[in-house]
Amino acid sequence: MNLVKLSYSYIRKRPFGTSLNVLILALGIATIIVLLLVSERMQDNLTRNAEGIDLVVGAKGSPLQLILSALYHIDAPTGNISIGEAEVIMQDPVVEQAIPLALGDTYRGLRIVGTTHAYPNHFGGNTERGRLWESDLEATVGAVAAREARLDVDSTFYSAHGLGAGGGVHDEHPITVVGVLAETGTILDRLLLTSIETIWDVHGIDDEESHAHEGEDHAGDPISNDDGHDDHEHEEEIASSQSTGRSPGPPGTDSQAPEREYTAILIQYTSPLAALAFPRFISTETNLQAAVPAFETARLFDLLGVGFDAVRIFGFILVLVAILSVFVALLNALKDRRYDLAIMRTLGASRGKLMAHVLLEGLLLAGMGTVLGLLLGHIAAAGIGSAVEQAQGLALSGFGFIREEFIIVALALGAGLLAAIIPAIQAYRTDVASTLASG
Amino acid sequence: MLQVPRFAGNQGEEHLVIGLSGSGKSTLLHAMAGLLKPTEGTVNIAGQDLARLSVNELDRFRGRTIGIVFQQMHLVPTLTVRDNLLLAQYMAGLRHRPGRVAEVLGSLDVEDKQDAYPSQLSYGQMQRIGIARAVMNEPQLILADEPTASLDDLRSQKVLELLTHQAEVHGATLVIASHDQRVKRRFEKQLVLNDVASDQGLDHRDAKTP
Repeated sequence: MNLVKLSYSYIRKRPFGTSLNVLILALGIATIIVLLLVSERMQDNLTRNAEGIDLVVGAKGSPLQLILSALYHIDAPTGNISIGEAEVIMQDPVVEQAIPLALGDTYRGLRIVGTTHAYPNHFGGNTERGRLWESDLEATVGAVAAREARLDVDSTFYSAHGLGAGGGVHDEHPITVVGVLAETGTILDRLLLTSIETIWDVHGIDDEESHAHEGEDHAGDPISNDDGHDDHEHEEEIASSQSTGRSPGPPGTDSQAPEREYTAILIQYTSPLAALAFPRFISTETNLQAAVPAFETARLFDLLGVGFDAVRIFGFILVLVAILSVFVALLNALKDRRYDLAIMRTLGASRGKLMAHVLLEGLLLAGMGTVLGLLLGHIAAAGIGSAVEQAQGLALSGFGFIREEFIIVALALGAGLLAAIIPAIQAYRTDVASTLASG
Repeated sequence: MLQVPRFAGNQGEEHLVIGLSGSGKSTLLHAMAGLLKPTEGTVNIAGQDLARLSVNELDRFRGRTIGIVFQQMHLVPTLTVRDNLLLAQYMAGLRHRPGRVAEVLGSLDVEDKQDAYPSQLSYGQMQRIGIARAVMNEPQLILADEPTASLDDLRSQKVLELLTHQAEVHGATLVIASHDQRVKRRFEKQLVLNDVASDQGLDHRDAKTP
């Protein structure tokens, strides 16, 4: 016999009230936990994938879209930029490192990124098997991408145009996997990396010959290619003009020479001072757009913040209601138990022991709600994680605890004690003689 | 104001406090248990002046030295009979002795009720468990407040037998407060409270139970 057993026996004897208390508290805590986990994962992902990147340069459009597409590979790219313009920026003395990216193709929903070795090196991607790509039509794939698409060294794949399903398949240019990267915990894990030349090849852009293609503007696709020998229509795409892979286009047509293009450039400054003038220089002196990751992600969180705040407030209201219901439950329960408490005093219990007994009851209720809430929260996070992961690579899992959760647990238990404090004081003050006389 | 003259007894004696309802029997018992403080005079139980004990010491002393039997048993409804008895040990801060439960229940012929909840007991069984709880910690003084009220002749007889038997077994002093005339015949040593007194105060001169 001990106080925990005694308090628990009373809790168990009112199963409905207890379940309700525990459930409300659990829902409140689960809501807060899910929110914490999601925002923590997001923030973590956003910072990790932007580490060391001071500026993203790309085609004009929404700066947030540029950041999302070039850094996080979530949104569609804003468009392409000519190498000529890009070179000017990449050669600028304030630029320590410039990583060019060519985006727009996918394989089984995984994004193909044409880039240089600087890209995996920057994000700490080391090959686990095989090597980095060297020549054209070679690819090195991220750990998660390899797993999901069942790719390994020596397997081949065809890139598909566009980001969604239904894009045309570049079926004349099989790309061979030459290496798989070790898991990094960054977006790198979910990408298929290849050379920029490979992207150009796949789209039939060639250094020597230029295939002009009637200068259509390919807005509004991706549309599936009509058949084998014709054009893929490209939207946010490497080549502004394209032709079928090395199909006999009218050689030397002088209308519009297809240009070799980048989609975006990731830039690291030589000095933080560059942040003062360089972005302004790009937006005023060139036809390009510069976006600062830190600023854009902060803006993103501001946008999401309203929703987050609403959900958080909802969670805290649930917890508050739960605590009130625990308070009322204890107060009512105590009314029926005045005699029990008086008897315990006659059995030798001190007033402190009775107070501890009631506090413990509040603590037990809060504890049960908290444990259930943690469980529900993590299950929900895992559920959301598996859905979101496919769409956005948030890599949210139900496993692992974060520091804020311990604060929530402490707060919930503290609130349980708080709810029990007035009933506990009443228990402490039980007047044994008059209670017994009235019983 | 309840005024009680010197009321003393020796260890192992049986006393009856008799009087009409409202004459202060319960008040006297509560004072003897240290649940009420006399406005004047002293209470000595087992050689201990209760006034000299702090609130917590008094609780502890009460748990270990005094067993109280109530008219309504008020067992803790959420605990089994066994746990109700162990609760007495726990609350008095005594070592756990699960063997004592069977021993006490055995001496009251309700050994088979260990795992029953109070709601599953008959009134008579409940009364035995109430007595069992009072003697669980081998008290030196057993106080019984109206133990026979609302019982028929046979049952009241039986309860008194159980109480005196248990007091004998434990060598405890037994003090029964009752307005029940049937009880009167059984006890030689009687304190009659006839003044109609309020429970507001208590003047308890030299109430002594060794």
